[in-house]
Amino acid sequence: MNIPDELYYTENHEWGKVEDGLMRVGITDYAQSELGDIVFVDLARKGTSVSKGDSLGTVESVKAVSEVYSPVDGEIVEVNEALENSPELVNHDCYEGAWMVVLKMDDPSQASKLMDSQSYEDYLKAEA
Amino acid sequence: MPGREDVARFPEIREPLLNTVSAFGKNKRIVPEPFDVSGVTDLSGAEEMPAIPDVSEVETVRHFTRLSRLNYGIDHGMYPLGSCTMKYNPKIAEAAAASLQSIHPADRNAMSPVLKYLNLLQKYLGDICGMDAVSLWPAAGAHGELTGMMVISRALQVRGETRGKVLIPDTAHGTNPASCVIGGFGTVNVPSGEEGFLTASILKEHLDGDVAALMITNPNTLGIFEREIREIADLLHENGSYLYMDGANLNAILGVARPGDMGVDCMHVNLHKTFGTPHGGGGPGSGPVLVKKELAPYLPLPVIDEDESGLFTLEYDRPLSIGMVHSCLGNVSVCIKALAYILSLGPHALPEVAKAACLNANYLKKKLSGLFELPYDTPTLHEFVLSDKKQKDDGVTALDIAKSLVDSGFHPPTVYFPLVVHGALMIEPTETEPLQELDRFVSAMEEIAGQSTYDPGNLHNAPHTSPVARVDETAAARNLILSWP
Amino acid sequence: MSYVPHSEEDLSKILSTIGIDAPEEVFSSIPDALRFRSLLPIEGPLDEESLRREFAFTSSKTVFAGGGIYRHHIPALVDALASRQEFYTAYTPYQPEISQGTLHSIFEYQSMMAGLTGMDVSNASMYDGATSLAEAALMALRGKGIRRILVTKATQPSYRRVLGTYLTHVEEAAIEEIPFDLVTGRVDLEALQGMAGPDCAVFVQSPNYFGVIEPLEEISAIAASQAGFWGIVVTEALSLAALTPPGKFNPDVVVGEAQSFGNPPNAGGPLLGIFCTRKEHVRRMPGRIVGLTRDTSGRQAFCLTLATREQHIRREKATSNICSNQGLCALKSALYLSAMGPRGLKTAALQSAAGARCLMGLLKERGIAPRFSGPVFHEFVISMDEDKRKRLENDGIVPGIPISKAYPELPGMLLVTVTEMNTREECACLAERM
Repeated sequence: MNIPDELYYTENHEWGKVEDGLMRVGITDYAQSELGDIVFVDLARKGTSVSKGDSLGTVESVKAVSEVYSPVDGEIVEVNEALENSPELVNHDCYEGAWMVVLKMDDPSQASKLMDSQSYEDYLKAEA
Repeated sequence: MPGREDVARFPEIREPLLNTVSAFGKNKRIVPEPFDVSGVTDLSGAEEMPAIPDVSEVETVRHFTRLSRLNYGIDHGMYPLGSCTMKYNPKIAEAAAASLQSIHPADRNAMSPVLKYLNLLQKYLGDICGMDAVSLWPAAGAHGELTGMMVISRALQVRGETRGKVLIPDTAHGTNPASCVIGGFGTVNVPSGEEGFLTASILKEHLDGDVAALMITNPNTLGIFEREIREIADLLHENGSYLYMDGANLNAILGVARPGDMGVDCMHVNLHKTFGTPHGGGGPGSGPVLVKKELAPYLPLPVIDEDESGLFTLEYDRPLSIGMVHSCLGNVSVCIKALAYILSLGPHALPEVAKAACLNANYLKKKLSGLFELPYDTPTLHEFVLSDKKQKDDGVTALDIAKSLVDSGFHPPTVYFPLVVHGALMIEPTETEPLQELDRFVSAMEEIAGQSTYDPGNLHNAPHTSPVARVDETAAARNLILSWP
Repeated sequence: MSYVPHSEEDLSKILSTIGIDAPEEVFSSIPDALRFRSLLPIEGPLDEESLRREFAFTSSKTVFAGGGIYRHHIPALVDALASRQEFYTAYTPYQPEISQGTLHSIFEYQSMMAGLTGMDVSNASMYDGATSLAEAALMALRGKGIRRILVTKATQPSYRRVLGTYLTHVEEAAIEEIPFDLVTGRVDLEALQGMAGPDCAVFVQSPNYFGVIEPLEEISAIAASQAGFWGIVVTEALSLAALTPPGKFNPDVVVGEAQSFGNPPNAGGPLLGIFCTRKEHVRRMPGRIVGLTRDTSGRQAFCLTLATREQHIRREKATSNICSNQGLCALKSALYLSAMGPRGLKTAALQSAAGARCLMGLLKERGIAPRFSGPVFHEFVISMDEDKRKRLENDGIVPGIPISKAYPELPGMLLVTVTEMNTREECACLAERM
């Protein structure tokens, strides 16, 4: 299971990458492998304000639908439009090409309350 | 015991789409032309040809005959889809409904005898289920559930109460939550007890003033009779809530136990399951709704009435009714087939249905539970659930087992349902399976269990004998092609 | 007769395998107090000949009734092929490897429906036209900010009633009726103009319940620009072969009834709901959908797709609770369209229209004019008193459907329908008795 060191993680298997007051968000390698072949990604619109835990969209495989939850409070300032036509990117490149949205964080200190890679790895082990 | 037979390989038919064989002038059909069309000059699309293929009669006949050969039906062999009750569909029922075809529902004189029989079916269904009033109009099981939820919603409204949620056990059918939501309720999932049925004490924890109803299937999707149902009904009624029963599994208790006696207030039955009408590749079915007296005023419109002269008519003046749920009378011909089925069996053979259905299922369970994991050891009725736990160690899944059964000439059982069992295989043979067919199924399952240890790869690639191999559903969903160009 | 196939010997083998002495013991898990041990008050058993005698229904000889359910020519091959057990007795095609016959034919049904309506996609069918309309309204209400459903008053009354039943259970949803012009029988465009807004979905039936063809061009100009969603309702699918495809008017959905395509009236059902939409709405669409794909060895194959919209996966968030379609009725309509071909379908449509004009001409000779001046397809409204209608019915002639209960503002009115199943003689006979 690929768990990059530099990212933050949530219990719902989203990752977040802090970039200068912004957070880039996607789903983890574990999440994509549990879902199987992703066939559709439906993301909220640019400009939407979200609170931590709100839905940023849904990810669908043939037989399952999963919500993507916001790791922090903020506003969606960018949406990855490539996923509309290439949902398979989520399976192949979940940490780079398949980022989902970029959030402008209301409170950048919220990021540090998320799990780091080591805690996420432990969390996955405990879940199993 | 007969060994696992090799089924003849299907001819590999690559049947084209009709549009690819279409060419101008192939279709030479003459249709009735009683009128002079020269006066028709004012229709906007009169010049344009409709966008459908131009093929000859023989091509149409061969095309659909070849397509039919790619299907598996109940007349081929056992179709043990749990909770779907794929029993033999008696041919006489089709013949009985044939003369309905030409009748227009506005033809009142012709409709009177039809309504008389629909009325009789309502009475019989009420007698069989121990319920007081029936509406035949819902066109399918899910439509019946929705209608039932609307009836309950209306009853609460008349009582001047707002109750927002319906409790649904984790063994419920997939449609149940969606039907509740469209009926205006929220849903709360209730876990079953350790033995695979809902207990009164579990229910108690979930009861409060916001509970409109409990929607339960009895026997449930594990094939287990909800033995505390009477206590459950009493608790609900004390709480001012209703008991709704999904009658999908009525075949198990037909003529042997009546939902009405269990305290059920509202339920639906599936004529295409319990009463032997064909499934038609996904419909038309029929999902009549049955209620106790208290809920009768809310049943959908119209209501069948008999006037002084003995003429059966339709009554629309019922102010408390939820209203109409279908543009006409539901799937009338399906109802007539179900009535013919009931009359063909008669009062003595009807309870034999449940008996043989339960015996067949318990025979299979006994034979198969050594080879496959049996997650619940509680006695079962007409169906039972195995899991792929034993085969999982060799990498063989419920899906592999299901697909491999196709190679032995069977339709697979329901898989991955109910959700309370991981890797579920839900098996319902029904009463119409001969012992020899059950034994053939056992042999096939034995061979699959064996193969999963010595040749699992073969199972991953199953089925090998079907017209097409496993279908790429991912590609279908990623690149949507929903019609020909 | 019983359809249980066991011999005495089979039964004892089953009992001994299970390990019980009597068949009754198989019910031991049912509490004794809940057992039913009386004989059900049901007649029978009846042998097949008695059943045939019992169920011998006869239609009136001459029928001019339509109103959403139509009598049309059905080629003999439709029943011959649809009654093949491989189609007839199969379940919903969950196992695509052994259901390609059902899936392939539904794909063709979807293709032909999309073609005839001029829309991008069709689903695998719904229960009937009324539930299709109700599902379309639910789909519209899931869109942003839509709270009002506007439907023309000249839309089939039973459709509006079913719509009302469904929407009772949606919070804050309102239904408003768009009035019709009492002279033309067409929609009151000014009223529509005043009512339509971004918070509403507009539904217009054409040809409408009075048989009158609505001015879809003008309606579209208002609905497509002013309303948040708009749909065309077609209750007579055969009209698609004689009128401009509704998709040309750019609606969000085309819904309605396709019983006319190969399915007999059957005393009212089963019917065949059509549901077509534009590509961008496909994920909000209710019902089953078949898609074209490949199998693992690269062969053309079909399967159910977009299942994540549906009840068994999305549970309470599903687009609909529907989990079946009218599979066999859809198959019959695919068979019908294939058997009729473009010219056959066109002929049946134009013959129906010609029949209505023939009857109108004969009535005109007797000084009877249609109630509405708008152009019609194959049905129209005239006035007729109740006694005369009953006399005709008792003589085996159903002159039409009385509509005044649904439209008190149109007292003593009858909806008369002519199709290619009627004859000139029947029309002459009806005209004579008016």
